[in-house]
Amino acid sequence: MRGYVDPLLGVMDLSSIGSMLAAAKTGGEGDGMHMPTLDELYPEPFWRIGEWFEFNRIDLIRVIATVALVVLVYLGARRTRLVPGRGQSTFELAMGFVHKQICEAAMPPAMARRYLPFIATIFFGVLALNITGVLPFLNVSSNGLVAVPMILAVCAWIAFVAQGIRSHGLGHFLTDNLFPKGAPKVMYILLTPIEFLSTFVLRPVTLTVRLMANMIAGHFLLTAFFVMTSYLLIEGAGLMKGLSLLTAAASFAFVIFEIFIAGLQAFIFAILTSVYIGLASEEH
Amino acid sequence: MWLAEGTPEGIGLFIPPWDEVIISSLCLIVIAIAVGKYGVPRYLKVLDERAEVIEGGIKRAERAEEEIAQIRSGLDAEKEAARLEAAKVREEAKSDASAIVAEAKAKAGDEARRISEAAQRQIDSERRAAEVSLRKDVGTLATELAERIVGESLKDSALAGRVIDRFLDDLESQTAAGKGV
Repeated sequence: MRGYVDPLLGVMDLSSIGSMLAAAKTGGEGDGMHMPTLDELYPEPFWRIGEWFEFNRIDLIRVIATVALVVLVYLGARRTRLVPGRGQSTFELAMGFVHKQICEAAMPPAMARRYLPFIATIFFGVLALNITGVLPFLNVSSNGLVAVPMILAVCAWIAFVAQGIRSHGLGHFLTDNLFPKGAPKVMYILLTPIEFLSTFVLRPVTLTVRLMANMIAGHFLLTAFFVMTSYLLIEGAGLMKGLSLLTAAASFAFVIFEIFIAGLQAFIFAILTSVYIGLASEEH
Repeated sequence: MWLAEGTPEGIGLFIPPWDEVIISSLCLIVIAIAVGKYGVPRYLKVLDERAEVIEGGIKRAERAEEEIAQIRSGLDAEKEAARLEAAKVREEAKSDASAIVAEAKAKAGDEARRISEAAQRQIDSERRAAEVSLRKDVGTLATELAERIVGESLKDSALAGRVIDRFLDDLESQTAAGKGV
């Protein structure tokens, strides 16, 4: 590991100053503040199977988030009753949010029901994998890596293309999207490549990059404030230590902000997917 | 791919290594099963059940309302029938009463006539009896008078006059005494 800054330490300085001091003494090289880098998203693997299969910290976080989500869904849905208990109410509230605010916002009700399993998987999957970015001891979101956003974006792409073909047939779907009605024929030289790029290339690319970049940026933001706080507190001279109070407060605010971002990005990914599917099914 | 070791740069950030893809796919499949195959169907099921229960409740309430309306209209009809019945009974009673009165009147008239006839008959028979006895008495008296007149006339005509007077007086006093009694 390059540098001593582990995302783990970032939160430990908020929760336990003692262990933070110990870590600083053992890990610190005394050459100033180490700002976060992308390296934290690509840690050394602790398992290697064969030539190319590696299992590292990020994979572990991904698996933990998955297991936690599965357990939560099971707890919420194991005994569904007409008059719900607390767990079921929360479960229904979350499902109802995806159903009413995401699916039905972009599709007619019958279609919203059909796509709810897919959209809910996207929403809760992205949310669970995002939220690890603010959870103590995990402190990094696996969505900062391209794999999950890209797989989900590809699924979304397949879903809206399939819906378009099912609703209009391949020919109509393509002509509707690539040759917008009402434009002069000459304009198609310009419009068709643009429409092709925006509909069939940029949609999945922006879905992927938006989510991934948000998670990387959030991780950097949090880690930077955590590192600053610990650095100012330990190595700051005299009054400079007081500044750590300020950065600690900012850390706290950004943790709240990142929780919001985790939900917001899950919402954006899910609602854009439903909007794409809804648009593909609509008459033009 | 051993290339995946270390931090990728540039476009490498957007090319996931195969192990990442596999682990991510597995995680997403597990999530899809938990959320899409387990959570969502249960959510939709309870949603539908609840909607059904609410709809059923509304339907039941409507049916009950209908029933109440039916019963109420039935009651109204019954009340109307009862009112008509009462009016009819009253009417009948009235006519019955007048018939009864008329009958009683007729009966009373008959009775009165019968009684008065009986009385009349009795009076007639009494009168006849009285006539008979009177006639007999008058005959006796006349005979008695005639005997006295005949007996005295032989002696004195003045005496005969006196006898007649006395007889008449007696007769008169008898009548008065009879009236007085």
